[in-house]
Amino acid sequence: MQSLYPPIVNGKAVYDLDSQKYIRVWQGPQHPGVTGNMSLELDICGDQVIKCNTHVGYLHRGFEKLMERRRYINCFPIVCRICVPEPDTNEYLFAAGMEELMGVQIPEKAMWLRALNLELSRLASFLMHLGGQSGAFGMGTVAQWTIAYRDYVLDLFEELTGARIYHMYMTPGGVRGDIPEGWIAHTHKVLDGASKLLDEIKHVMLNNAIFKQRAIGLGVITPEMVDHYGIVGPNARCAGLKRDVRKDNPYLIYDQLDFEVETETAGDAYSRTCIRWRETHQSIDLCRQILAKMPPSGAVHITLPNVLHLKIPAGQTYVRAESTRGEYGYFMVSDGSEFPRKVTVRGPSYSHAMALLEDLLVGVNIADVAGLMVSLHTYPPEIER
Amino acid sequence: MSDIEIKDNPDIKSELQTPPEPGYSEWRKDENTLYNDGLPEEEKDWFCDARPQKARKSVQVIENFLNWARSQSLWILAFGTGCGAIELRPLVTSRYDISRLGMQPRPTPRQANLIMIGGYVSIKTLKRIVRSYEQMQGPKFVVAVCSCAINGGMYWDSYNTVKRIDEYIPVDVYVTGCMPRPEAVLAGFNKLKELIKAGKAEGQNLYIERFDWYKENQKKVIKDWNMPDYNW
Amino acid sequence: METLYKELKQYFDVDEFSVQKASLAFLRVPKSQLVSLLTHMKDIRGYTHLVMVTCVDYLEQDSFLLTYLLHNYSTHCDLGIQVSISRQNPVMDGIHHLWEQGRVYQRELFEMFGIDFPGSPDVHEPMILEGWQGPPPMRRDFDTKAYSEATYSHRPRDHKEPEEYMKQQLYPED
Repeated sequence: MQSLYPPIVNGKAVYDLDSQKYIRVWQGPQHPGVTGNMSLELDICGDQVIKCNTHVGYLHRGFEKLMERRRYINCFPIVCRICVPEPDTNEYLFAAGMEELMGVQIPEKAMWLRALNLELSRLASFLMHLGGQSGAFGMGTVAQWTIAYRDYVLDLFEELTGARIYHMYMTPGGVRGDIPEGWIAHTHKVLDGASKLLDEIKHVMLNNAIFKQRAIGLGVITPEMVDHYGIVGPNARCAGLKRDVRKDNPYLIYDQLDFEVETETAGDAYSRTCIRWRETHQSIDLCRQILAKMPPSGAVHITLPNVLHLKIPAGQTYVRAESTRGEYGYFMVSDGSEFPRKVTVRGPSYSHAMALLEDLLVGVNIADVAGLMVSLHTYPPEIER
Repeated sequence: MSDIEIKDNPDIKSELQTPPEPGYSEWRKDENTLYNDGLPEEEKDWFCDARPQKARKSVQVIENFLNWARSQSLWILAFGTGCGAIELRPLVTSRYDISRLGMQPRPTPRQANLIMIGGYVSIKTLKRIVRSYEQMQGPKFVVAVCSCAINGGMYWDSYNTVKRIDEYIPVDVYVTGCMPRPEAVLAGFNKLKELIKAGKAEGQNLYIERFDWYKENQKKVIKDWNMPDYNW
Repeated sequence: METLYKELKQYFDVDEFSVQKASLAFLRVPKSQLVSLLTHMKDIRGYTHLVMVTCVDYLEQDSFLLTYLLHNYSTHCDLGIQVSISRQNPVMDGIHHLWEQGRVYQRELFEMFGIDFPGSPDVHEPMILEGWQGPPPMRRDFDTKAYSEATYSHRPRDHKEPEEYMKQQLYPED
């Protein structure tokens, strides 16, 4: 029997696209199964992928260049645009980097509010991901539920911060405002509903025979691959490694909260979905803990000098936080002027979508490409910024 | 005669493989055809080079009926071109439920007649937008959402985003905001429906009328123009 | 971190050690020793996670400062290894054999700063900017505002003072 795969010469597969055995197809940038706006150049043989090239850059705006031209406080509205489903991580990291370089400490209550905001945005992002994951395997029902329910979380944000998507809540030096009246009761109601919805999702999606058949064994990440490819977050935890920035390098008030790092051992798309399902539960639980333990009153921000002429002492730092996709980091260099010298954003999708996806996709059926891609939870704007 | 013999005998091979002359005739050069300058010579035959024509109007009564019918079935191209695409998801799912307006997302431009420009447009995306827009079946409409599509927004000094989308494709309705709420986008779609019913959403014809101007603008920013001048 | 620096000092020409916080430090290494230091850190010291590679353009000193940030998962510490290279001839050794995602960073650095990494796969292929003809855009001497004004046409601004205009709209009789 002839081998399916083309012969490999000097470490490279050799095949002739004109031989009509191999076809080159493009998936994206307008494929509905593509998360965000990127495209895959797939060479296929039959219905199996034999080579994949990721193409990014459709959303490049040159943030790092734009930040060099803006004052620190003017950078602040544009950083949250780097990641649309979960902008709060960007806001927090930029503010935290600034505060660390300035050497100021934010009030206790602001820390709790920041953590609450981060957890709520994690909940919203995970809900959207679960819907996308089931939609990529042809189950639109769960997508209808979760994205509609995500809207209630966005309503909470609107009540708290005034905006649905881009909150711009965690300003340097604290947060913009305190919790409005009646918001906590509203939040508890939404969290209860979310946890009920997750139980339904477990029945419909995680116990579904078709979903299991397609997702189990798809795109296995082994523990050896984790460091080699720079895999972080739930994608690393599904391979059995206990790595969570919230536990390892606790920021804000995460050391005062009670939670366990969720791990799985299989490393395939199904275990990644399970882990995200459990982390959504964990995030709901953390929100409740924060609401219970938060100090009832206190200052929510410190007074900074005139922020338009704020000069930050020279230095460099790296701050990180755990987003839904893993470690998110900001590397900030200041040269003592009013403008940042350089701000580099380290998005977790950077290694997931480029190096890892290209290798995981080899040998995958083309019907499962979208499912595998969504299960890595890549988000293109943080790759190209 | 088997293949092996052909390969062994160079004379027979060359005899069999005499390439046909491309033979571009003079009709390519008249005003109703396109040059397709960006394409390599061997690819020029793959693409149609006819210039697009304006849609013909029929009797006003029939046109009114057709406009009403067009306004009731707007199918959106599911092409998230920027941040604004994130509000398309609540719109198509159960809370804002765009299906009640006769709209739904479609995966391919051949089935869609409405493209939603969701915010900033980088050069690489602009190329795909132009291609997708030209591949859509007429009558087709454009809704530009978010302030970045209107005047560059907060990327006014970025080197990689275009500042006005209406120089590259014709826009029927703008929705301002960053981000506009789903209700605002819905209001924009309703406005588009009113325009269509009144017969004023003539973006497609405008594109053909000022085709050379639009192409000139597109080619000015898309430096590696390697696609046909009009993607039929 | 100080003990680590003292131990490294015995093998490599590292200097300009600075501690930013308890879990983060930076040090400088000459260009020729970078790859061996990274290999040493990865294989022996347990700094197995390459967080990122970035570059800062110091136009005044005519040099690029590359930062390789490594993370140790057992001690939860970060070490930023910095190397300064000439701006006139920006060539650097690749690290794609150590970490798979290194080649992606190198592609980006070549595109955004023009730093060449000979031997890195696909390094000269456009990654983010398609059909870009200007200089590498993240360099300090590239003026994005001037480029944007020269290339794109901006929507002309409505020359109404917002304050006056709103007054006219809201209180026309005043």
